[in-house]
Amino acid sequence: MEIVLVGLNHRTAPVEVREKVSFNAEQARRAADELRSRGILEETLVLSTCNRSEVYGVPPEFSHQCAPGLSSFLSEFHAVRPEMLSGSLYHHYDREAVRHLFRVSAGLDSMLLGEAEILGQVREAYRFAHEHGATGPVLNRLFQGALEVGKRVRTETDLGTRPMSVASAGVKLAERIFGKLEERSVLVLGAGAIGEQVVSQLRVRGIANLFLMNRSRDRAEELAREYGGKVVGWGEWDAALRLPDVVVSSVAAEDLILDREIIERAMEARENRALFLMDLGMPRNIDPGVAKLYNVYVYNMDDLSDIVQQNRQARENEIPRAENIVEAHVGKFLSWQASVELVSLVDELRARVQEERIAFIKARMESMAHLSEQDRLRMEGLMDELLEKLLLEPAQKLRGEKELRRKVQNVEALRDLFLSKREKP
Amino acid sequence: MIHIALILTVAAYVLSLGFYVRYLSAGRALIGRLGTVFLALGLVAHYFALLERSRGLHTVPYHDLYGSMSLFGWLLALTYLGLELYHRHRSVGAFVLPFILVFFLAAHLAPADRLPQPNLRGAVFAFHVTLSILAYAAFALSFVLSVIFLGEERLLRRHELGNMVWRLPPLELLERMSQSSVLVGLVSIGIGTALGFVSVDRLTGQIWFYDPKYVVTLLVLLLYLLYFRLARTTTWRGARASKLCIFNFVVVVLSFTVVNFYLSHSHRYF
Repeated sequence: MEIVLVGLNHRTAPVEVREKVSFNAEQARRAADELRSRGILEETLVLSTCNRSEVYGVPPEFSHQCAPGLSSFLSEFHAVRPEMLSGSLYHHYDREAVRHLFRVSAGLDSMLLGEAEILGQVREAYRFAHEHGATGPVLNRLFQGALEVGKRVRTETDLGTRPMSVASAGVKLAERIFGKLEERSVLVLGAGAIGEQVVSQLRVRGIANLFLMNRSRDRAEELAREYGGKVVGWGEWDAALRLPDVVVSSVAAEDLILDREIIERAMEARENRALFLMDLGMPRNIDPGVAKLYNVYVYNMDDLSDIVQQNRQARENEIPRAENIVEAHVGKFLSWQASVELVSLVDELRARVQEERIAFIKARMESMAHLSEQDRLRMEGLMDELLEKLLLEPAQKLRGEKELRRKVQNVEALRDLFLSKREKP
Repeated sequence: MIHIALILTVAAYVLSLGFYVRYLSAGRALIGRLGTVFLALGLVAHYFALLERSRGLHTVPYHDLYGSMSLFGWLLALTYLGLELYHRHRSVGAFVLPFILVFFLAAHLAPADRLPQPNLRGAVFAFHVTLSILAYAAFALSFVLSVIFLGEERLLRRHELGNMVWRLPPLELLERMSQSSVLVGLVSIGIGTALGFVSVDRLTGQIWFYDPKYVVTLLVLLLYLLYFRLARTTTWRGARASKLCIFNFVVVVLSFTVVNFYLSHSHRYF
């Protein structure tokens, strides 16, 4: 039972690469199905956010053999040249894969250290995969642990208590331009999780007008009711861009939503009044070329990394505490993993010993024909009792072992001594 | 006495500058407040230094270059302090204090270059000079604010956000501060110029005689009126208005130097 992780994130790949291998919900489901149907993985979970695309899985064979297959699958699935991904992909196995996920969930691996969205995104990815039957006992346990880590880090350290997210970073950036946002108008494109976060942040700052635009008008109206905004019809750009000072876009779309022509027209209508565009979409929603227009400020996910660096510095004091929580849970998970393996190991040993006993008794009893049936049964019972005692004692000793590393080492030693390589799970 | 005031002024301004710079890098409110407190103390000490100088001259110290420079520095500090208290933002102090210090030190450390007492004296004339220098100080402040605006705007557009950008006032506040400063300058130069005409009328019986300084002052007035008008329009708001403000201050500097020294007969040091 090994865990494998293949993925890329904002640290290993630029936005141009990340947007090519991002998964929407349908793609995530299809990828999970294909990985299992091809026999690459037995359990699968795709975690795709603005900053990362990661595939977690439990392979049928040893994970090190599985990783190249997963990399090839990713490039094939997204029709991207393998060499484009080769420098960007990371592979983690077992303990490192577990630690990576727990750090992701804690917000320690995020572009914005301690950001709040990632926990929701991990939860959503797990819920989605679980509902579609892509996860099994290992990934279920792993992701439940990850959610617990995220929750603990947010409640027990300042890393989680301070409101720090992509949305709030973008909003603070808007305040660098406009000052207080109280008299400002904001247009939010897309009504997904990040869109909602932004709306929430903006409402806290008391913006004057909130406009919402979403392909699904029902969802936009739902948000508008919740936060007191107005819904604008999708695609009515000339009217929609005339008033707002800030535009936040987080639409899941393959193509650009706001191109240079649209923004140029809007700026003309606005008489060049300053416009701050926050592009939180992946792939990007806004033509980066509009940044050259007068009084237009455009920030995408990568640009926000500057803010991350500043906040990271201020929050680094909390990292050791958060890392301690992560490590405690990594140990907990590995302990569970080892105990599960121990149970399966003892079962396998018992089956093996039973086979040996049957063969042994069959061979020896032929030369002891004088024994009655009752004596034979008694002898077999005594032998069973002895073997069970021999098996149980080391098993109990292993279960009682406090130190995880020694427990894992002992399990490995038992495997090597009593089971052939072929029989290793 | 004048030496004590001088030392106290320099000490207070240097400490104020130090606290403002520290505030800009660390962002701690207490440090910023200390910057303001020492600026206020520097203003008081600077006032006594000017007072001592005035006692010797029996008028506002504008009869030599260094006196008018010191007065300019004091009015710049006063205008900035007013602006800081009005807009409740301290981070510009680190950029303004060096100018105040340079003007003060240049005025008090260099030898005096005193001209013969002018014919014009009295309260009206003193207000004319003081308000004119106040206007130049306010325009200088708007220049500093515009330079900061352009720098910050450039950093924001290039996505080069260092620690400092987060401490500076938001772009729109910088615009408002610059406009407030220009408004102070416009009112001062308007009243100051009117008082100048009154003084001339009292001395000569005629309100107008040709002096290139009049023409340049009128040009400065018009340019800043133009800035004040355009900076509030959506088309000019932002970098364009700031560039215009910087250009206007170049004209002010020319008026303060070339015009005063080489062209004007009655406006040597203000």
